[in-house]
Amino acid sequence: MTSENEKSCLLRLEQAGVRRSERWLVRGVDLSVAAGEIVTLIGPNGSGKSTTAKMALGILKPTDGKAYRRPGLRIGYVPQKLMIDWTLPLNVRRFMSLTSRLDEGEAKAALERTGVSHLMQAEVRHLSGGEMQRVLLARAIARKPDLLVLDEPVQGVDYSGEIAIYDLISKLGEELGCGILMISHDLHVVMAATDQVVCLNGHVCCRGTPTAVSQSPAFRELFGHRAGAALAVYEHHHDHVHLPDGRVRHADGSVTDDCAGEHCADDHTHHHGHAEVATGSEVKTHA
Amino acid sequence: MLDDFFMRALLAGVGVALVAGPLGCFIVWRRMAYFGDTLSHAALLGVALSLLLEVNTTLAVFVVSAALSLVLILLRKRETLSSDALLGLLSHGALAVGLVCLAFMTWVRMDLLGLLFGDILAVSRSDIGVVYVGGAMVLAVLIWIWRPLFAATVNPDLAAAEGLNPERVNLVFMFLMAAVIAIAMKIVGVLLITALLIMPAATARRFSTSPEQMAVLSALFGALAVISGLFGSLEWDTPSGPSIVVAALTLFMVSLMPMSFGRGDKKNREGEIS
Repeated sequence: MTSENEKSCLLRLEQAGVRRSERWLVRGVDLSVAAGEIVTLIGPNGSGKSTTAKMALGILKPTDGKAYRRPGLRIGYVPQKLMIDWTLPLNVRRFMSLTSRLDEGEAKAALERTGVSHLMQAEVRHLSGGEMQRVLLARAIARKPDLLVLDEPVQGVDYSGEIAIYDLISKLGEELGCGILMISHDLHVVMAATDQVVCLNGHVCCRGTPTAVSQSPAFRELFGHRAGAALAVYEHHHDHVHLPDGRVRHADGSVTDDCAGEHCADDHTHHHGHAEVATGSEVKTHA
Repeated sequence: MLDDFFMRALLAGVGVALVAGPLGCFIVWRRMAYFGDTLSHAALLGVALSLLLEVNTTLAVFVVSAALSLVLILLRKRETLSSDALLGLLSHGALAVGLVCLAFMTWVRMDLLGLLFGDILAVSRSDIGVVYVGGAMVLAVLIWIWRPLFAATVNPDLAAAEGLNPERVNLVFMFLMAAVIAIAMKIVGVLLITALLIMPAATARRFSTSPEQMAVLSALFGALAVISGLFGSLEWDTPSGPSIVVAALTLFMVSLMPMSFGRGDKKNREGEIS
């Protein structure tokens, strides 16, 4: 690691693992997040994603290995679930200043950024899934964090809302210039904006750019081939084009009636050149 | 004025209620009612020990309650029995050991009923001092840890992730509970302290839009319950603790009645049912 990397490194795990009564929840994780970088942890249920994030955050102490956070690191955290009981009177305004003091203007500005400033006086427990995630995001960014940690940020959000939220996250990451550590059990859209993917399955099963990970045999074994197909969209392989009349023109210039062949059996993705998150909707319906 | 036993009881009771209300909100929010019970049952053991060792009762009760909450935290960490089974075990264990200890001390003539249900006659000037000095300290600490404690109540992981150290504030909160139990014991009695913590908070919920408002309102509702309960106790010659709790219960029932103004809206009532 160069000294420059060292400087911008916000947090780092070295061979870190957590054991609970003789069982390793996760083990041997190497991970680092630099300022301005988006790192995504993926993996099936129970693969240790949340445990890894908790080690990174300092909520859990690693049984093994090391966890380093830059001293004075300001973290904004979006938890996986937030249940507000009826007994707790809590509106969005008060919720915004949950962990640190926040004046009216700052709270409003953050809520505006995520598009929910009209909910300022709403009761938190009456928010819908999508509104809740936007409020959680607003609260996290209002702290002006160096690092945003998002644990399954689209839980309880319907599919179109999901795309919008991922869109928002990558936009916020750019605007704020903070590092982002994101957890997802889901692979399609989230990968578009990610610089680095760490795929967990009790240990680091593979890592790298989204493209590299999607092609790695370990990843495919874990998630099946379709997962890889869903990612293909971001590679811009215009190896064939669907013509308006339904025929297909291939890369070598030949035209056929359909796209039957190797590249369509598994990764049938109609990509039209934009690697935007919105493209994900097409991917999902076909995959 | 302080010569009048009733005035003393009133002052002490209101003092206790002002502290119990805000603390009780956290017990309601955190679903710790049974925990409060456990600590207050342990108070009896504290009384027995104070008689045995001839130390200050309030101090002994505080120490025993605090020790019990530490034991509970340790047992929870070991993940053996479920949390509520542990609470039941410690709660009734401490109560039984306390009662047996008291029975062994044949030389002590103890008003057991007064201990269990409170006794307004027993409130002395120094008790009032303990209530107000101890109460002020508890409130000051509570205000000091308010933001991290509230954040840890809403979501412990979130509080920890953003650097608020929920474990430490939880520990402080448990000590505050032990302190309130120690100072409230004489007024409402060991068996009914939890009621004084929970009922005003439950009553206040209906009228609150923020946690801070709920804390203030429950302090006021608690004070109201103490005043009306003590007058009732004087009037009908009933033990002070149960009378205060009956008054608090009445206030709660009244708060449930449908109200046409402000926030008695549909959504709130839905919440009450569920």
